[in-house]
Parts: sequence; C-alpha cells; structure tokens
Amino acid sequence: MSLLAVNSGQSVILKDIDWGKKLKKKLQDMGMTPGVRINMIQKPAFGPCVVEVRGTRLALGRGIVSKIFVDLI
Amino acid sequence: MNIALAGNPNSGKTTLFNGLTGANHYVGNWAGVTVEKREGKIKYKHQFMTVVDLPGTYSLSPYSIEEIVSRNYILGDEVDVVLNIVDATNLERNLFLTMQLIELRKPMVIALNMMDEVEKLGQKIDVKELSALLGVPVIPITAKKKKGFEELLEALMHKGLVGSGVIYSSEVEKRIDQIENELNVQNKRWHAIKLLEGDTEICEKLNRHEDHIHERISVEKYDYISRLLEKTFIKQIKEKQVGYTFTDKVDKVLLNPFLGVPIFLMIMSMVFWMTFTIGGFFLNIIDVFFGEVLSVWVLKGLEALSVQDWLISLIVDGIIGGVGGVLTFVPNIAFLFIGISFLEDSGYMARVAFVMDGWMKKVGLNGKTFIPMILGFGCNVPAIMSTRTLEEEKDRILAIMINPFMSCGARLPVYALFASAFFKGSEALVVISLYFIGIVVALLAALILRKTILKGEQDPFIMELPAYRLPEPRTLLIHVWERVRGYIVKAGTVIFAASIILWVILNFNASGMTDLTSSFGASIGKGVSFIFKPLGFGTWQASLSLLTGVIAKEIVVSNMMIVYGLAETATSEMLSATLSGVFTQLNAYAFMVFVLLYTPCIAVIGVIRRETNSWKWTIFSASYQFAIAWFIAMLIYQVGSLFL
Ligand SMILES: Nc1nc2c(ncn2[C@@H]2O[C@H](COP(=O)(O)OP(=O)(O)O)[C@@H](O)[C@H]2O)c(=O)[nH]1
Repeated sequence: MSLLAVNSGQSVILKDIDWGKKLKKKLQDMGMTPGVRINMIQKPAFGPCVVEVRGTRLALGRGIVSKIFVDLI
Repeated sequence: MNIALAGNPNSGKTTLFNGLTGANHYVGNWAGVTVEKREGKIKYKHQFMTVVDLPGTYSLSPYSIEEIVSRNYILGDEVDVVLNIVDATNLERNLFLTMQLIELRKPMVIALNMMDEVEKLGQKIDVKELSALLGVPVIPITAKKKKGFEELLEALMHKGLVGSGVIYSSEVEKRIDQIENELNVQNKRWHAIKLLEGDTEICEKLNRHEDHIHERISVEKYDYISRLLEKTFIKQIKEKQVGYTFTDKVDKVLLNPFLGVPIFLMIMSMVFWMTFTIGGFFLNIIDVFFGEVLSVWVLKGLEALSVQDWLISLIVDGIIGGVGGVLTFVPNIAFLFIGISFLEDSGYMARVAFVMDGWMKKVGLNGKTFIPMILGFGCNVPAIMSTRTLEEEKDRILAIMINPFMSCGARLPVYALFASAFFKGSEALVVISLYFIGIVVALLAALILRKTILKGEQDPFIMELPAYRLPEPRTLLIHVWERVRGYIVKAGTVIFAASIILWVILNFNASGMTDLTSSFGASIGKGVSFIFKPLGFGTWQASLSLLTGVIAKEIVVSNMMIVYGLAETATSEMLSATLSGVFTQLNAYAFMVFVLLYTPCIAVIGVIRRETNSWKWTIFSASYQFAIAWFIAMLIYQVGSLFL
C-alpha cells in the first residue's frame, strides 16, 4: 500500500520508493531505506505530510508520499 | 594545519565554527562554483589552525555540487584532519555521513554536539565505546555553550585518527575485495565501494562500471549504524521531554493547513515592523548625523580652510550626500537581516516552505522555492545562491528568474526617500504595497514561465523539519554582521566611486565645469528620458538615476541626493518641497514600482550568470524584468492619470 493511505499516529515499514534514481538516493541518504520504520506524525487534510524516520522529521509532499510503498507492521 | 568541518544541516555546524573561530573569518566561494566557502583561524597553544566550513550535507554522493565540493576538498592534500560534527540527539541519521567520511580514510575527530539536550532527554551515550568502535576520537560538546571546546581543540591538535568504517555483509565485502584487487589507485576500498554504488563521477574517472548495488550498500550502512547504537546509546526517556516532542506540539499549530499561512504572514509582518520602527528609530539618528551634523561641520571646516568651492561641492554633495544617503539605512538593513536570520536559525524557515507549498504548487513551483524568495528580502545575491537546494534544473532557473522581484534591502532607501516625501502618514502602507506587488509579480512571472519556456514537472517536496531551537545570539549576530558589512563595504567602494563619478558628470561637460542642466549627466539623462515619458517620470534626473541604479539600487538615492542637493536638507518637509516640483504622488509611486521591478543590479546579474551558467538566461532576466517594470509602471501612471 502507499504511504498516503497511512493515518497520523500509525507506523509502517518502507518497502520501496517508485521515483527516479536521484531522488530515491536523496531519500535514502536521509534515512529512507527499505525496511526502515516510518511513523506518520502529521497528515493534514491537504498539503504535505510529516513523517518520522530514524529520529528525524521529514516533510513530504503528497506527490511523493503516494509513490512510497509500505507494509503495515 | 587545516581542518575541514563537515556535518549534516542543523547539526550546529555554524555555531561550532563561529564558537571556535570567533568573528575572525573570511567568506568566499569555492573555486569555480558559487557555494559559499567559510574559512576561520584558531590559535591554540601556539599552534595556528585553519578551519574550512564545508556545506552541510546528508551524504557525499555526486548528485549535488555541495557534496562534490566537500568530498573533493576532503580528498585533497590540503586537509590534515576532518572534524565531523554530529547531532547527538539524532545519531542514527548523522552517523550515515560519518561512516562515509571514515571511508575516505582521512584522520578524523568527531564532535558530538547538543549534549545538553541529550542530558535533558535523560539519555546516555557511551562515548568511550563509540570512539572505540569507530576508531576515531569522539568529543562530547555543547556548541551553544562552548562546552567541551578545550578537549576538542586538544584532540584536533593531535590530528585525530583514521577510523574503521562499516563492515558490510560477507557477500558485499567479497565484491569489494574483488574490485580492490583489480584497481590501481590510492584508497582502493573507497573507490571500490563507490563503483558498487554506481557513483557517476568515480565510474567515469576509472572508466569502469559495475552492477550497482547502491541501495544495498545504504541499507547495510544503516544496519551497521543501528548495531553500533545498540552498544553505545542508552535511551532512558524521563517524564519530562524536550526536543522533538515539543517541536511536534508546536508544529501541530504552525503547520496546520488553515492556520499555517496566516501565522506566517503575522510573523513576516513582525519582521518588517521591527525593520521599520526599531530600525527607523536609529535611522533618524544617523540621518541627523549626516544631514545636520557631519555635512554642516565639514562644510564649515572646508570653508574655514578656504577650500575651493568645487571641492567643497564634491565632498559635501557628492561624497557625504551620495554615500551618507545609503549608509543611513544600515539600521533598517541590520534589523531586516536579524529577522530573516532568526527565522533561518530557529528552524522556522523549513515550516514556511511547508505551509507555502500549496500556494507555490498553484504556480508550478514547490514550497522550497519560497525560502530563496524570503531571503531575497534581504539581498538577492545570497538568495539566488540558495536556490542550490532545488534539485531540478528547471525549478532552479525559474526560482532564479523570479527572485529579483523580491524587494531587497538596497531598494528600501528609495522607498523611504519617496514615501516620506510624498506619502507622509501612510508610508507604511505604501512600502507594504510595494513588497506585495513584488511578490505578486514574482508569482505571476513564475506561472507564465512555467507554462511557456520552462515547462516541466515540479520536483516533489522533500525537506527535513529540524527541531525548533532558540538561535544562539552570537551566531545570529555574526550572520547579520556578515551581510551588513557587505552593505557597508558596498557603500564605501561601489557607491563611493559612483558618487564621485556622478558628481563629475553632473558638474562638467565638454567645455569644463558647468551647472547641472548643461552637464554630461543631464545630456545622458535627456538622451534616454523618452523611454520614461509614458511612465510619468521622463525628467533627465530620474532617467539618469535609473540608468546608474543598475550599478546598485541605492545609487538611485545617491543620485537624487546629488542632483537635488539633498545632502543638506535633512527634514522631510524640505525634501518633499524640493522633490514636489518634479514629482507628484502618482508618478512618485510609478517610479518606486519601476525601481522595484526593473533590471537587477550588477551584483545580481553577475550571480545569475554564474548560477545559470548561461548568458542567454542572464540577458533574458535583465531584459524581461525591464519590460515588465516598464509595462506595470506605465499602467499605473496612465490609468492613475485618468482618475487623479
Ligand atoms: N541545545 C543546543 N542547541 C544548539 C547547540 N549547537 C547549536 N544549537 C542550535 O541548533 C540550531 C542549528 O545550529 P546551526 O549552527 O545553525 O546549524 P547548522 O545548520 O549545522 O549550521 C541553532 O538554533 C543553534 O542555536 C547545542 O550544543 N545545544
């Protein structure tokens, strides 16, 4: 499922990111590697979401959030 | 001895750098690229050390110029020791860069920063064990309070140690070994890892291409870090929590989709309120100093010495008028930069990008583009340089093209002069309206460019939201001082020279000294004044001001000071009396709008050239802005004339 389907307060495991190499690499550098735990901190009605990965808060636009695939824990 | 300071963004790198080197540093650019390079000197126990502050990065991949600059510098011979600053409250992510630095096999020292927060959180880090596992001295510090600096300097003096890097899975290690055996370069292991990562720069350099197992290497690095932390990091969350939990609570409000934008507008208004009221208070003092004290004294002094009239005119009208007219705005500029730096250092700027993302999307940009726009309120040069944070080339060009519409501090003197002369009582409203026109034009320009010559998908929005932290006053002031110093230096050099030249062309013509109306300057102004006729300010004085204003926007004011001999007329009544013969409210407003929007100053044109690496874009930027400015000012004047 996509990260966009995850609600505030839920935790999931990252499976894959469906985007170009450069951006994927950037997200990996920021800690978004396959298998990592992602906590959805804030998911407003519209606009970007806030997730927590490896102790860091990342703001992610909905476009990329919908291309991040995750598994429920 | 040379120290390279590397670390993640928001790890406290700037705080540490300033703490170690004091204000004793130099800001330049890395050779060939416009990434800011800071260098500072330390003297410790009779040893001199130079610290070079590398750009804050998460990694050392070849995708961004900052990261390439950093890694090439560290790999060069110049560096004796790498000082890696690590945010101890965010070890897992920060150690990712550390592990990459270790793979470069340079002697290293790690500064474990934010130890005060670690303590408050009730966590413990086994520093000895961490140091042993990494094979590098690890020094706990609190950069903000300058705690641990003595130990850090001691470690640096001993040049640190080459650490032991990640041990990958046996499968990956086997491949690394294989490649290493076939390579004939220095630092084989690092090159082998880079080849396996498919690092474009290294693959090309060695002309060798492996099957990329990039993702796997990243995952194994993070796994290694996790294991490392299990052995060294003891979490004991107390009842009382600080850091992110506090940040999360604040963000619930500041990032709220309905409240976010209004709150941002309020904060921005406060910044400008401070700029104008507090800054304005000091401005009046300085203004009186230049207008009533300095120029009068100098005038009397020179007369007493029976200096020739022309020289008195040059010094009083040309230099004091021209340079003083610009220097009076130092307090405003300083307060503006204090405000902007506060937003940057506190962590709020990332939130601005967040809340503006929705609006920016509507014009085809991502929220991050808004940060350079706000920085543009200070000065467009660093603002344009900061567009580096945008990955997509088209996004960057677009961000650069619209940035000069953001009204920089150098344009303030022009508004202040005209607003106080023609709009007494509603100065604030007039100035605010100009800032708004700037933003609206920038957004419309973005929209049109995006639909026409810069078509493309916008980059997705990705940004770290650092924990809110109260900026350290010292770092803030050094930051502000760097910018203000730039402004003062400009007044002392470019504006000083331009003022003298202006005075000369305004007092001479081919047959020698003459009065203003038959001077060179007047002829030049008359020559181009036809362009500005439809805008309502087709006088030679205004035309000459605008023409010379391209050197630096403040020169428009210097010019007015000289042309109308305003140096001795300190009060705004006298000022408006002098100017009102030439300007009305309507064409004064059109004039301000034109100054706001037209061709950027030379420094900005230069940075656009370097950043876009294209004359085509540079020329385009200068000319389309002129056209837009002309058109809008014309519209204001012509439509206004119908009603007024
Ligand atoms: N509590 C705490 N805050 C710090 C410390 N060092 C830096 N900061 C704050 O962390 C924020 C980011 O620091 P800065 O030096 O701008 O980080 P940079 O982005 O790495 O250059 C600022 O608000 C600093 O005041 C520290 O040791 N303890």
